[in-house]
Amino acid sequence: MKHFFKKGSVPFWGFGILSGLGVTLKNFIDSYFKKPDSGGVTTIQYPEEKSADFEAARNFPFLVYDETPEKPRCVACGICERECPVKCIHVVMAKDEAGKPLRKPAVFDIDYELCMNCGNCEEVCPFHSIFMDHDYEIASYDRSSLLRPMSKLLKSNDYFHKVRPVDAGKTDAVIRAAQEKKAAATKQKDSAGGQ
Amino acid sequence: MPSMINSLKDALEKKFPGIKLRILRDSLLLEDPQDLTRVAQHVKESPAFRLDYLSSVTASDFLDYLETIYHFYSMEKKSGPWVLRVRVPRENARVPSLTPLYQSAELQEREAYDLFGILYEGHPDLRRLFLWEGFEGHPLLKNYEQENADTLEARDVEWLEAHGVKVPETMKKNAAELKASGKRALVEKPTEPRQA
Amino acid sequence: MTLLDEIKKDGEILEINFGPQHPSTHGVFRMRVLLEGETVRELKPVMGYLHRNQEQIAENTTYAGIVGFTDRMDYINALSNNFSYCLTAEKLASIEVPERAAYIRIIMAELARLINHSAAVGFLLNDLGSFFTPLLYALRERERILDVFEAVTGSRMMCNYFRFGGVKRDLDEDSLAAIKTIVRKFPRFLDEFETLLTSNEILCMRCQNVGVLPADLAVNAGITGPTLRASGVNYDIRKIDRYGLYDRFDFKVPLGKKGDVYDRYYIRILEMRESVKILEQALQALPAGDFIHPKTAPLLRNPRNFKPPVGEAYGRTESPKGELGFYLVSDGTPQPWRCHVRAPSLINLSALEAMCLGQKIADIMIILGSIDIVLGETDR
Repeated sequence: MKHFFKKGSVPFWGFGILSGLGVTLKNFIDSYFKKPDSGGVTTIQYPEEKSADFEAARNFPFLVYDETPEKPRCVACGICERECPVKCIHVVMAKDEAGKPLRKPAVFDIDYELCMNCGNCEEVCPFHSIFMDHDYEIASYDRSSLLRPMSKLLKSNDYFHKVRPVDAGKTDAVIRAAQEKKAAATKQKDSAGGQ
Repeated sequence: MPSMINSLKDALEKKFPGIKLRILRDSLLLEDPQDLTRVAQHVKESPAFRLDYLSSVTASDFLDYLETIYHFYSMEKKSGPWVLRVRVPRENARVPSLTPLYQSAELQEREAYDLFGILYEGHPDLRRLFLWEGFEGHPLLKNYEQENADTLEARDVEWLEAHGVKVPETMKKNAAELKASGKRALVEKPTEPRQA
Repeated sequence: MTLLDEIKKDGEILEINFGPQHPSTHGVFRMRVLLEGETVRELKPVMGYLHRNQEQIAENTTYAGIVGFTDRMDYINALSNNFSYCLTAEKLASIEVPERAAYIRIIMAELARLINHSAAVGFLLNDLGSFFTPLLYALRERERILDVFEAVTGSRMMCNYFRFGGVKRDLDEDSLAAIKTIVRKFPRFLDEFETLLTSNEILCMRCQNVGVLPADLAVNAGITGPTLRASGVNYDIRKIDRYGLYDRFDFKVPLGKKGDVYDRYYIRILEMRESVKILEQALQALPAGDFIHPKTAPLLRNPRNFKPPVGEAYGRTESPKGELGFYLVSDGTPQPWRCHVRAPSLINLSALEAMCLGQKIADIMIILGSIDIVLGETDR
């Protein structure tokens, strides 16, 4: 503890303050000549420059569709609605004319005002259909635009690949493997039934 | 460890003959709440225990009774949690305060009073800690009437329509039905212990 | 008649309200101070402006859902709260943590300690009047660590990263390299920080012998963490409970001598150095393996299946502010019967009045800053 001056033990000439001023002078000069990582200016001129986008970042949820917005991956099971800690998701399953439930949501609302960006909905979804987006520029002048209906939440799989390539690749591989297994099982059943 | 709490029970029974104690799952239950002060004084000063650090004072509602749970540690001997419990009925819940012995109990007993309504006798300044003066009720009790935020009641519908918000017909109908039956939209609280 | 009654009779007392809106009270915290001239004669803290009743919310949420709420208690270093809660739930349900997951948890907890202490020292210096210079130097280092948190957990502040039996996602190579760079550069930042501050005459004159906390009062008032160790009591839960594989690491516990504001500032600098040592050892010894116990990995998908046995558990960790404990009572359902948080920031305030009596009004803010409270934890 060689810098530990006790009040009254050493005459206070001001050496501590002078060495501190040396530190601030060094930082001042470095801010002109060094890179941001090692002493330079770290300010990012938003909105012309934006900070780095990490893949794992969690902002708000969105729904994935595969080819067209009429074919979302979501089957309206309601697990995300049940597990959401703040109850900001509202799901109603679609029914056809006879009243039989279709595996598609008729209503899927997320209230962005309540959402706490925890990512639990993404974790529990068994059908790989809801994921956390990276879009944080959602400020608006009226509250009603923060209650997002399904039309505003659906985004394509290509968008998903663009913002989160690694996770989208993994999800695609899992879905493809499940489809191949199902196709192999039905082919086996067909060939067994045919004989 | 069960042997730790057994040694505490034996020492207390030797020092205060006739004291009623019970071991409950690694903790010691004092059957008579008024014993608390002398037990706490003994464990603080006796050289075998020296429990000088009261880490946590908290309360719990078990439907038939309220419980205050104390976690003691010893900073001198660096020994592990010693848990004491005291049970009181819901009406007239009075427990002697440990504030004269341990100053860490001061703010925690105020919090337990605020949220559960247990009165700590001997506390120098027992008033609400988190909730504002004039708040009625004690929120963490299991029979506290907590309003259900998802269901509208008749007066909510009136307020909304007075402020120009269009309320859907189904919600208006539900609110009118509730009002007609004289019930309120409350969150369900357990009236008996929940089963898995 | 006490001194206070005599002064009140003379009519010299002025009651001042350090209101909930104040730039230096570290949140919405109110103090009612009775002053005689400039000397403090009585101080009563008033809290509850940030009370969100999280204990009742916890009774209506599944165990896994509560992890997201624990982030919001001590929001400066959210990962230590996750650690404490997951430790308690694992004690309740007797879940083990694989080795790699335990090392990742220690790395995250020590990084959280670094960000907390650098912010605490920076804000203390802000309260002292050095308007933003040390604070921005500390925040510059803190930003590097927050970038690592965002890359690994998904969020800078509300991390929601720890799960029962391990962590949510594995550490990838880029993040590991980033943490190694941070750990390599941190001692140089600490040396520069100390040159700026530790022997600064103004700091010494304002902070030494101010707000002295005697050791016996500290133990009796339940104070833990750097505030206690600055008064000379050797009590660090990492060394005593030896939770989560901390006994494999070699680090010292710095102790102060007098317990004044200067000791509480300096002990945080020393603790940051010890944390860097732990991080170096952990990064070197990080084994390969599971990042979550295989038995609890399915719980990530089905949180409702986590039904701990009927009982209770009290688990505690050495959070950067003190002893953070969770008390969970389970009745066998997926939602806890009672979840209580033993918040260090609330209990460290028990001795605030004793420390401030007789000091000047300008010293109240630095004493409060040196205890290092955060209102999210005090009020829950």
